[in-house]
Formats: sequence, C-alpha cells, structure tokens
Amino acid sequence: MGGPSLTAYLLVAAALFCIGLYATLGRRNAIAILMGVELMLNAVNLNLVAFWRFLSTHQTGAPGTVQNYMGGQAFAIFIFVVAAAEVAVGLALVISIYRTRQSVVAEDADTLRY
Amino acid sequence: MPTEVLVQWLFFGILTVITLGSALMVVVTRNLFHSALWLLFSLFGVAGFYAMLAAPFLAAVQVLVYIGAIVILIIIAIMLTRKVMGLEELPNKQWGLAAGGSILAFVALVAVLVFAGSGAKPLLPGAEFKPADVPSTSIVDLGNALTDPGQYTAPFLLAAVFLTGAMIGAIVIAREDS
Repeated sequence: MGGPSLTAYLLVAAALFCIGLYATLGRRNAIAILMGVELMLNAVNLNLVAFWRFLSTHQTGAPGTVQNYMGGQAFAIFIFVVAAAEVAVGLALVISIYRTRQSVVAEDADTLRY
Repeated sequence: MPTEVLVQWLFFGILTVITLGSALMVVVTRNLFHSALWLLFSLFGVAGFYAMLAAPFLAAVQVLVYIGAIVILIIIAIMLTRKVMGLEELPNKQWGLAAGGSILAFVALVAVLVFAGSGAKPLLPGAEFKPADVPSTSIVDLGNALTDPGQYTAPFLLAAVFLTGAMIGAIVIAREDS
C-alpha cells in the first residue's frame, strides 16, 4: 500500500507549527497572535490524528468486549474543546483591554513592566 | 505507480498547498481581516487532512467548531476593535528574530523526522509501513470510547465542565461595568 507515509503528514504538521510559531512571535496585534496559536494547535491535532491512523492497531475495551483503539481521536477532540475555551477567554481579554486602553497592540499592555 | 496511490498523493499535494499556502498568507497579509479569512482556508485544509486520515467525525467537528465558531469569534473581535487600528498590520520589532527562530525550529524538526525514520531500527516506521486498517465502525467506536467508564468518560465530563467554566469566565471578563 503506497500513498503518503506517516513522515509526510508529520512534515506538513511541522511546517504548519512553525508558521504558527512565527505568527505568534512576530506580530503586533493581539488577535493576530491568537491566530498563530490556533495554527499551532491545529498542527498538533494533525500530528495526533496521523499517529492514530498509522500506529494504532491494537484493540481495547472492557473485559469481555473488543473495540478498536480510539485514543488519538479522543485526544484530538479534547484539544478542540481546550482551543475553543482558550479562544473565548483570550478574545474576551483582548476586548476588555481594548475598552480600557483603546489599543490592541500587544506591546501597549505594559503596566506590569518595570 | 498504481492509480490509487497517485490519487492519494494528488489529494495530499492539493491539501498541503491549501493548508500551508493559506497559513503563509495569514502571516504575510497586512490586512488583519484578510488574515482571518486565510486562516479559515487553512483550517479547511486541515479538515481535508482529517478526512484523508480516516477520521470523518473529526473533519466535521473541525469545520463546525474551528471554522464555524472560533474563526467567527476572531472576526467578531477584529470588527469590535477596528476603530483605532490602522489599515496596515505591520510586524513587530523582533520579527526577524521570530522568522529566524521559526526556520531554525522547522529545520530541527525535519532533522528529527529524517533521523527517526532512518537507520537499522527506525523510531518511526519508514515509507513501507502499511497504515492500520480502519474498520467501518470507527464512529461507533469513538462514541463508545467517549462514554465507556473504563476509557475516556472522565476526561469527557471534565472537558464539558471546563468549557462551561471558560464560557462563564469569558462573559464575566468581557462584561461592561454597569
């Protein structure tokens, strides 16, 4: 069976992660930084599902039942949940900061600096 | 090369171009709103990858949750904070360092992947590995896994509580002081 191997999927996920890393570190707007974080989370999810697809051949389940291993997909679903929660709270923070300081540039929120 | 392998590589190539090209446009575009739209395309590409990896439920959830909720939330936040941001969204002061660091990280990851897939006893299976056969009951199995007390029910319920708490917190944070 040919087709793209596991390493091909992992390379795509690595490239996506590094693009998200640049978006998080090199942008001024706080919302653009959050978009970079979303790209990184998606790259990690892609990694997880690729590993699940290629390496999970064992079976699990309660004693007496037999069921295929679904841990990779379950982990990915939990990452969906965490990403949704993090984006909601992050954007609420951005909007709240915008209301008091009238700016969404990340460097302008510097009250805790020396 | 047999036709089905060619078609698989073709879809993989198309999805890679969509995903990585849109992700690059997210960081290159000066207009913040266009960045959000390119992010939307990139997430569609990732959903296509999930479909290729035999996880159809995850592909549907990706479109519903990431594209249908998170990107919409990002666009709403962009529109609510648009008044003082100029039309141009410039990179910040250390963008050169960030770009250098990202490229370095990518080179390191590629080196690790190439190293892990080679040698006498590779850590990663090489190209000749056969992907696991996914049976047709995979969505039923996923439902069982999330509701079986011996498997992932506890994290599932905790995730629900966590999401509720995060939503309440977000509402409290963004509320106007009345």
